Amino acid sequence: MSSSDTPPGVTITPYRDGPYLVRGSFEVLDQDGNQIPLSRRTIALCRCGKSRMRPFCDGTHKLAGFQAPGRAEELPGPPDANPGAPECRRAR
Amino acid sequence: MRGPWTERLFSALLQAPGTDIEVDDLAVGAHGALQDHDLQLALYVAYELHYATIEGVDDRWEWSPSLLGFRQTAERHFDRAVEELVPDCALQGTTDVGGALQRLVGGDEGPPLSRFVEARATREQVLEHVIHRSAYQLKEADPHSWAIPRLSGAAKAALLEIQFDEYGEGKPERMHSFLFAETMRGLGLDASYGAYLEQLPGITLATVNLMSGFALHRRRRGAIVGHLAAFEMTSSIPNRRYGNALRRLGYGPDVTDFYDEHVEADAVHENIAAWDLAGALARAEPQLAREILFGAYALLALEGLWAERLLDCWREGASSLLGPVASAEHSVR
Repeated sequence: MSSSDTPPGVTITPYRDGPYLVRGSFEVLDQDGNQIPLSRRTIALCRCGKSRMRPFCDGTHKLAGFQAPGRAEELPGPPDANPGAPECRRAR
Repeated sequence: MRGPWTERLFSALLQAPGTDIEVDDLAVGAHGALQDHDLQLALYVAYELHYATIEGVDDRWEWSPSLLGFRQTAERHFDRAVEELVPDCALQGTTDVGGALQRLVGGDEGPPLSRFVEARATREQVLEHVIHRSAYQLKEADPHSWAIPRLSGAAKAALLEIQFDEYGEGKPERMHSFLFAETMRGLGLDASYGAYLEQLPGITLATVNLMSGFALHRRRRGAIVGHLAAFEMTSSIPNRRYGNALRRLGYGPDVTDFYDEHVEADAVHENIAAWDLAGALARAEPQLAREILFGAYALLALEGLWAERLLDCWREGASSLLGPVASAEHSVR
């Protein structure tokens, strides 16, 4: 939720173990100030650093085992780890 | 070659809506409901009445009691077979559905179909793969749209955020089903709806019947949501590989666009689907959490069987399709 009464023009949301989703009215520029073309309204920005189409997410974080909370981390303190679950294999 | 399920259904559909369809003696083939081409094709066509007009068939058949009775008989066999695939341990973690979905998908060891296609598949095999997928991709996103009026609040908004993108954000030429048709045309395949239906094995049709079944029964809204989440969560990386396979074979952006688009789109969708859609639905209707995971697992299991079938056939040097989809036909168009 927004902290002010005015709705924000852009929201940036970190998703658990995944990218940042950016929604709203915005532009993405490279460091020289050129616009990076966007193909959709809601975009996912790479958070794990391993994407092959940075700055956008391409799902590679799953192969990399990237972990991060879906909220702001509080320092100092450990990042919130996923609770372990018993492995479940497909019945054949 | 027709079996009893399709024979019974197709001959009825050519008559007046409501004509009786005898179901008492219909049974499942020796390889089970999921691999039964005849049963799956009949079920596919029975569902198809809800999607589109079938040439020569009166549209009123869609809600004809005899058709619905027939469909229910096929569904009973199908549902039982799917339930047998889903172990109880897959349905745990119902207080944190997003996390449980991540663990399910992360722990899934499906057959390495996309790796094989990327690195080694022949042109013929890549075309076969596209033909299999046409059973769904030419109506991509449509089954999940049936869930829209069955959800409310945050879950409904999340589903629409995904679907709006699936349908091209207002641009018909960016609609994913259209992009897939472009890929088919670029490969010299027939992109008309249902063109290859009779060549698709039972398990291929089962992957589509699974979503139509979940989507058309409101009580299964949790399962269709879980299905969509797992579908999106297992999409980006395989689609990059399928695009690479086509590039390896010398095809250009007109053919790879569908796959490249899905790398980026589904990297967005998977987060919305797991957390904003499935998570919100489980918060709004906690009793559906198990069903959400059921839908996700059922997708992974059926996709796994389907991928296994393709790889098994190719390992033996055989076509994974039924009957001769003449390889000549590919290059004629």
